[in-house]
Amino acid sequence: MNLFDIIFYFFALIVLVSAGIVVFSRNIIHSAFSLLFTFFGVAGIYILLNADFIAVAQILIYVGGILMLLVFGVMLTNKVVNVEIKTGTMHTLPAALLTAMTAGSLCGIFYATDWTIVEGIPEIKSTTNSLGEMFMTTYLLPFEVASVVLLVALIGAAMIARRDKSLQQ
Amino acid sequence: MQITLTHYLILSAILFSLGLYGVVTRKNAILVLMGIELILNAANINFIAFSRYGGMQLDGQAIAVFVIILAAAEAAIALAIVLNIYKQFKTVNVDEINKLKE
Repeated sequence: MNLFDIIFYFFALIVLVSAGIVVFSRNIIHSAFSLLFTFFGVAGIYILLNADFIAVAQILIYVGGILMLLVFGVMLTNKVVNVEIKTGTMHTLPAALLTAMTAGSLCGIFYATDWTIVEGIPEIKSTTNSLGEMFMTTYLLPFEVASVVLLVALIGAAMIARRDKSLQQ
Repeated sequence: MQITLTHYLILSAILFSLGLYGVVTRKNAILVLMGIELILNAANINFIAFSRYGGMQLDGQAIAVFVIILAAAEAAIALAIVLNIYKQFKTVNVDEINKLKE
């Protein structure tokens, strides 16, 4: 067991334990904060996979953007009188069965399939340059469409969130 | 045992299942959104693992960037909708919201 394996298991443990807390914790605030560790762990996994740009983007966008939005959502939709914000669960037993079946079949398929694996360690270099070139050449159209989608989504979110005032006037 | 593609795939399968469990069982709409984020992260791990081991060069990473973009857009829109639901119904529990209009 070399250092790479130990680091992989370390990050995998962080991801799975904190994702478990997100899913099973009764306190919404605990879920929101352990989602932070899940995102950091996934970023570590990306770095192990030689995806440095995606790892940084993951931390900037997920931790800096999406998690902030979610925490604000938690605070705006609960009466935060005390720190304990509980939430219930529903039909846990069928859900647990469904999820166990999904996990089992996915793991079975992943384990049984004979994947074509490129042997050896690829040359480790920064991916930012080549990713930028790809976005400006191969993926130019999806890139532009994604920018329009983001613009529309943000304008739409602002419209939806303050709809009542503009409609009543 | 050497870490290979299968390790990453199984990690993402377990993460996906945890997210699915969260989406199905949670009552609070915000926690359902957190489950969706877990599912998207699991999909991203798969894309990048195949990009590293499957000989796809950087295509998987490019698609992962698009997944992150769409996750950001989805979170913004969904939270705006949840805030509106809270204004209307004074709750965000998905099992109590059963009317389209009040």
